Amino acid sequence: MGHSHGLSVEDQRKEDINIGVKGFWILLLVTFAEVAIALFLTDLLPNIVVRLSMITLSLYKAYYIISIFMHLGSEVGGMAATIIFPMALLIWAVIAFLWEGDYARQNRNYVKDARPGVEVSAKETPKKTSMRFDDLSSRELSFQ
Amino acid sequence: MATDTVHEIENEIGMEELWDGGDSPFRSEYGKLMMWYFLLSDAFTFAGFLIAYGALRFSMDAWPVPDHVFSTAPFGIEGAPLIFVTFMTFVLIVSSVTVLRAVQEGKLENVHGVVKWMFLTIIGGIMFLGCQAWEWTNLIVAEGVTIYNNPFSSSLDDGEYITLAEAKTLNPSLEEKTMMVSIHTDGGHSEEALPYLYDADKDQKYFEKFDHHYFSRHGNEDPDKAVGESFVVGDPYLIAYHDGQYFPGAYKTAGTLLVEDMGPTAFGALFFFITGFHGFHVLSGLIILLIIALNSWSGFYRVRNNGHLMVEKVGLYWHFVDLVWVFVFLAFYLL
Repeated sequence: MGHSHGLSVEDQRKEDINIGVKGFWILLLVTFAEVAIALFLTDLLPNIVVRLSMITLSLYKAYYIISIFMHLGSEVGGMAATIIFPMALLIWAVIAFLWEGDYARQNRNYVKDARPGVEVSAKETPKKTSMRFDDLSSRELSFQ
Repeated sequence: MATDTVHEIENEIGMEELWDGGDSPFRSEYGKLMMWYFLLSDAFTFAGFLIAYGALRFSMDAWPVPDHVFSTAPFGIEGAPLIFVTFMTFVLIVSSVTVLRAVQEGKLENVHGVVKWMFLTIIGGIMFLGCQAWEWTNLIVAEGVTIYNNPFSSSLDDGEYITLAEAKTLNPSLEEKTMMVSIHTDGGHSEEALPYLYDADKDQKYFEKFDHHYFSRHGNEDPDKAVGESFVVGDPYLIAYHDGQYFPGAYKTAGTLLVEDMGPTAFGALFFFITGFHGFHVLSGLIILLIIALNSWSGFYRVRNNGHLMVEKVGLYWHFVDLVWVFVFLAFYLL
């Protein structure tokens, strides 16, 4: 398996180094692109575009690492499919649950806003974010 | 076809060769195949954690803003959002390339090259863990994030930070109190009285808004307070923390006195657990890399003459660690 293309050892090594260097630059530049979007373009572009582009860049990095660094691209097609298909389903699951969480928030806010009649002052509106433990027993638990 | 003998059917579709043995399914060695399926199962575990994180995080109105939370770096660097974690990603990418070189040298049966590149990978992994340890220490000790308390959040109101005097006029029922805090100055430590308002019914303290620089001063400068600054919905904030005590700032919104709420508790628990689980994988990967590097050094794999297949399997594990980091980085720091 070592001398795959019938090359001499030195030529194989040169080819190997090229693969490594090329992979390093691709991964590094894609990472820089993601960070640049997060730092500079979040305010300029619509939210969904920012998120989708960052997810796409990460998926490309994942494809590159799996196919070329882990050599799944040169394995038997059926074996690669048994790995890739469940992973694709996993990624679908993660995105679906992130979406679901956002939907749950919108739903809760809709119900809260639609309550009839009650004039709720800013002070009394329960803010659904500070899940601070308010009772005595949990105050004793805090790392204080 | 039913009248053919079993022997003829076997010859037709070549099954006889298959049952002779010596051929592996998917033309892959058993250990490598099983490593792939172990990594797939580990991916399921991490996906479960990321699903929990995503579902909880997006179901909340306010969540810490990553640019604000992760804007520090060693050697006193501040206000550099995401730079340190980008450096950590860079270290892990480099370690992925070095382990790839180790696998390539293994295929050429070059023991010296394998050991060299694997030790470089181990150094990269140690650097990554060191950076992660610094990140954790900074969050826990300097900023006060624990798995029970989270002082980072983002505003749900438009507001303006106010003085205690103004807060007292908005809510006269609050008691005026002071507490002693220790300030670190150039000469050492000194104690100072810090005034605050106290609501006994809710056990809530109201401070004038400041940040942790209040507690370490150089020279005779006056402490910087954010009184008078205003903010809008979505702006990130950090409740100051010192010596086990939080100092939430008082602010007004539309004439009502409010105080900064602690952020969602889930943030600390999720961050430390998920990055800790990933860090545990990095640590176990380092140990495995070390063992395989030493085995290779002793010539153990040269004898097998299979292109250092064990090095390739361990390389798969290390690439998986990098792959998980790509998605943890995406979820926690970018989205």
